Amino acid sequence: MSDTAGRPRPTVSALFFTYLRIGLIGFGGVNAWARRVLVEERGWVTEQEYAEVLGLGQVLPGPNALNVAIQLGERFRGGLGALAASVGLFGGPMLVLVGLAILHDAYGEVPLVKAVLAGTAAAAAGMILGTAARITQNLKPAWPILAVGIAALVAGAVLRLPLPWIVLGLAPLGILAAWWSGRARA
Amino acid sequence: MSEDGDALGQLAIGFLAISLIAVGGGIAVVPEMNRLVVDVHGWMTDARFAQLFALAQAAPGPNVLVVGLIGWHVAGLTGMLVAILAMTGPAGLLAYGFSRLRSRLAGAAWLRTMEKGLVPVAVGLIFSSGIILAQAAAVNGLALAVTVGSTLFVWRSNRSPLWVLAGGAALGALFL
Repeated sequence: MSDTAGRPRPTVSALFFTYLRIGLIGFGGVNAWARRVLVEERGWVTEQEYAEVLGLGQVLPGPNALNVAIQLGERFRGGLGALAASVGLFGGPMLVLVGLAILHDAYGEVPLVKAVLAGTAAAAAGMILGTAARITQNLKPAWPILAVGIAALVAGAVLRLPLPWIVLGLAPLGILAAWWSGRARA
Repeated sequence: MSEDGDALGQLAIGFLAISLIAVGGGIAVVPEMNRLVVDVHGWMTDARFAQLFALAQAAPGPNVLVVGLIGWHVAGLTGMLVAILAMTGPAGLLAYGFSRLRSRLAGAAWLRTMEKGLVPVAVGLIFSSGIILAQAAAVNGLALAVTVGSTLFVWRSNRSPLWVLAGGAALGALFL
């Protein structure tokens, strides 16, 4: 990142505890929460930088949130930073999950539990849509880039194509759009 | 004992292979996980798999932790650890290697263009996953209203999304 001057550079322990928090409050999809904490609360990365790291995280194989945590941890504090961020991200939720696995074996079929889960799922879907709307609004994309974004949306939500096809198929178009927009601006 | 060992080895190899084809994210390979767990090894039924997936979605943290629940179901706590490490370890090392390489190329114009070009795919896929989850969650009009209200709240307000998640849970408990 060439424009990090003047913005805080987190320590290893700050990376660990911030990612621990992201993991533990990360209900309904951790990427929306990571963006909120890293961009809006901590100001460690800009909206554009976060979106770029997430884009790279999708092209790299493996869980997106993990790929983002490792890349940001590495940029700020090298190998230790990457380790701190990823252990923080997975450590807390894993403990919660052990508890849930035990509880679910006992209470998973209780109607009230199912109703609460259904309501939460509906709200979580809205949280993800609201986050996407917020990012789009903040980035103000040029029209070729917007077109690639809409193509990804349609390919995923309407055509239901497998994600690897969408990512690998649209990435070249996105890069072309970014190149063209950069040239048009220059 | 040796049966446990077999299952742990199968968990490790299975999820390691799946992690390395998971371009687009962990959710991309849920069908492949289903095939491994239900069809190939017969560790659980389709319905049980769907329940575990819903549970992982309801819990905080990365949704990919569903592999931990699968591991737990197959071989207890050790199974959970083996499955999560297989899913995150090798892919994580790859991301780390890429990040190191990137800092050496820092500022290269073609790299900046490539990174900017991946942004619309990333954001488009966030929209897409939101729509797919909304469709699955829209069991009735109220659930749909919760999704719409939550979208507007998170988009237009600076308050924590925990408010809408708690609101959704409360409305679900009262009316769903």
